[in-house]
Formats: sequence, C-alpha cells, structure tokens
Amino acid sequence: MTDRIELPLAGTPFGASPSFLELVRRENPEAIPRVSADATPFPVPHGTTVLGLKFAGGIVMAGDRRATAGNLIADAKIRKVFAADDYSAIAIAGAAGQAADLVKLFQLELEHYEKITGDRLSLEGKANRLAQMIRSNLPMAMQGLVVVPLFGGFDERKDEGRIFYYDATGGRWEEDDYQTTGSGGQPAKNSLKKRWHPGLTGDEALRVAVEALIDAADDDSATGGPDASRRIWPIAVRVTADGAADIPEDQVVAAVDAVLQGRSAS
Amino acid sequence: MSFMPYVAPEQLMKDRSEYAHKGIARGRSVIGLEFANGLLFIAENPSATLHKISEIYDQIAFAGVGKYSEFEELRIAGIRLADLRGYQYGREDVKARDLANAYSQALSTIFTQQMKPYEVEILVGEVDGEVDGAGIYHVLFDGSVSDEQGFVAMGGHAEELTDALRDRYQDGWDLPTAVRTALEVLRTTPETREIPPDQIEAAVVDRTRSQRRKFHRLTPAEVSSALGA
Repeated sequence: MTDRIELPLAGTPFGASPSFLELVRRENPEAIPRVSADATPFPVPHGTTVLGLKFAGGIVMAGDRRATAGNLIADAKIRKVFAADDYSAIAIAGAAGQAADLVKLFQLELEHYEKITGDRLSLEGKANRLAQMIRSNLPMAMQGLVVVPLFGGFDERKDEGRIFYYDATGGRWEEDDYQTTGSGGQPAKNSLKKRWHPGLTGDEALRVAVEALIDAADDDSATGGPDASRRIWPIAVRVTADGAADIPEDQVVAAVDAVLQGRSAS
Repeated sequence: MSFMPYVAPEQLMKDRSEYAHKGIARGRSVIGLEFANGLLFIAENPSATLHKISEIYDQIAFAGVGKYSEFEELRIAGIRLADLRGYQYGREDVKARDLANAYSQALSTIFTQQMKPYEVEILVGEVDGEVDGAGIYHVLFDGSVSDEQGFVAMGGHAEELTDALRDRYQDGWDLPTAVRTALEVLRTTPETREIPPDQIEAAVVDRTRSQRRKFHRLTPAEVSSALGA
C-alpha cells in the first residue's frame, strides 16, 4: 500500500515529506514489518488488556503486564502503554512484536514530523495518522497479527483530554468517557462502567483504572493481575496540559493496595 | 554542440568560492558556544518562524547561515539521516561527527560538480550526555569541516565576531552569562545597534534536561530573564 505524502511539482519534490514511515519505506523497506500473503499463521505472543479514561485534567491510560502465546504466559512483565510524544499516549493490545514495532514507528513518526515542520501535529492529526498506519498493517492482521490500539492525549487547541479507539482495519472512533481493548477488555469495561464518572480527579482516575485491570484479571486468564511477590504492577501513563508521563510505580502500588484493601474489608 | 571556453581550475574554484562567500557575508550571523550545561546557539533573526537553529536529534542541534532554502534542505537531510540511523541501529549511535562528515561530503560534491555552490555555512553541535563534553563542527560551503573549541561565529562579520568572542569567552559560563555575552557581541559587532528581544533566536542543547531530547528553544521570556539576571 502506498502512503505517499510528498508530491512532485514540475519534476521535483514539492514540500519536504514530514513522514518517517514514508522515508523508511522509500529508503529501506526491509526495515519495516511486512508479511507475505501465503504465510501461514503461527502462534506469537499477544498482549492482552489495556484501557484509557478521561478525568478532569486529561487522560489516564493503563495496561496489565501479561503477554500470552496460546495457553502459555509468554511474558509476565511486558509493557503495553507508552507516551507517544509530549502530549499523547498509546496503549496496545494484540500481537506483541507487531505492536512494539507499531509503537516505535508511531513515536518516530510524531517526532520526525515535529522536527521537520517545526510544529507538533494536532491531536486529531496524530489520531488520523495512527489510523493510516494500522490500515497498512491490514495484510498482517489477516494473518492473525492483529494490533488494536487505544490512543489518547491532551488536545492543546481544545484544552481537554481526548481518547480514540481503533479496529484492525484502521477504523477510528472517538470515545467520550473511557474505552478498553484486548482479551480482558470486556470485564475491564464493565468495571469502568460502574466506577467511572465525569470529573474524576487524577488520583481517582488511577484507582478506577487499576481496579478495572484487577477486575479484568479476575475474569480473563490472559490478563495478569498485580503480583506483589514479584513486584509486577500495571503500567499507567497520565497525559495533562503539563505533558505525558509514566505514573510513578509507588503511586500505582498505592492504588493497587487501596483497591485490594477495600475488597478484603468488605 | 557548444564549446566552453577554457577556465583554469584554480580560477574556477576561486570564482565559486568568492560567489559563496559573498552570499554568506550578506546574511546575519549565528554564534555557537559551550556553556556549563551544554551548547548555546544564538542568532539575530527577524523571523520568529523561519529558524536558523533547530533540533536534529536527541543531543544534536543544527544552525545554518546564508541562503535559507539551501540550509533548510541540509537541515531536513540531517534529520532524515539521524532518524533513519537511530531507527536502524540505536538512538545512542547517532553522532554529530557522522552528520558533519555527511554534510562535508555533500557540500564538497555540490561545490565541485554543480552549477553553483551552496551559499551556506552550518554548525552541528552535540553534547554527549555525560558530565561534560560537547562538540561543535563547523562545515563550510566547500565541504571543509573543522572541530571548534569553545565558541564559533559564522555568517556576516564572522571574523570580527570571532575576535570579540575570543576576548570574552570563558569556560563554564552559566546560561544567563552565555546568553548575555553572546548578545553583547552580536549587538556591538561590527557596529553598536539595538536588537529587539523578539528578533533573537536562541536554543540550547542542555545535558541536564531530564527529557531524552536535550534540545530546547529559548522562549523570548527566557531570553529576557537571562538578560535581566
């Protein structure tokens, strides 16, 4: 699939392409993931549950740490939630290797655009670009290497947090409140449905997110719950007007403890 | 078929060199210098959006003087090279020396083989992310490249600026001192004049920044506060 942003004018390039993906496709197509149409699917690690929700000052995205290959736990400490740039975050469920590549390329795409043009992409622009990148993964999705991300960030122009979700074909929808994806997405969503409300504070949002992941781990074998003995905790990224940053582990642990204590007391 | 009259190679190179020199001397200057936390690039620039100074990679900055379209082309080529290298190998494998060599090769080829040489000079500066250590490479229109120590000036009146900097420059300046002194040099060379604060373009590669990307464009407020300190 061609994805050409640079156009010719009178035989010379018109405008410098700000797309890193296009640059790699042109200069070194071997360096980006591809699959041949006749490849037979084989089991690869899959990342499971991620979610994103809005709160008063922005958004929180969080994910569990488990990757599974069939019935096996392929990785207990995989990372599925990332800051995409200074004002957005991406969380990915699906084929883990594919997902890691997509995240890396997407992060570079945003940084490259910013450096070439001197401006950050709008949040809308980032969300659209991600949709195009997922769409170009469609041949691989047909082979079972499905990648379905959540994307969210702080819209500097609208001065609010926004969340987008995608399907494997690159379909893109904006979500008003919260969204989940991955194998444990349904129990996580049910949990959010009960506990999310407009105007959550940042701390409440983290707690609601962690609780939804714990609920997902209860009901879905492919979702890993917090594990105090091995110090495996969910990863959460918060995006506000001040930027995107990992929520420090001690805050995540405190949220996990609060949820678990609340449950054992009742 | 038309015949070109014979021109001695020495003359040809001399003419091209003069042509490029003239183009560069017409433009405004950029100063690059090392300060305690890294590198400062600073320039007089009437436009707030058509930059002379920009980010190339995590720890690498670029500055150009001369013809805008030409150093802009070089800047974009540099970002592409750096981002590709960083993707294909690792982020820490992207080095200013590599970029300076690439620019040197390209400018040398253009100088000898194209109709007209590029009327540009560029700086590629890098901090190495350790406690100290920074490098500034200065690449000329003909591809000659030098590794500058401490400070460098290029563009119109580069020589006078360099002399003025040599008199003043000291190792280990903090940022306000570096900004203040560089601006004082820009303001007083070759003759004294006012540069309005909104016509100052300044950026640092600051190794003490917590972010991976060490490049930071100073806002007009930051420049003013450095001047007020």
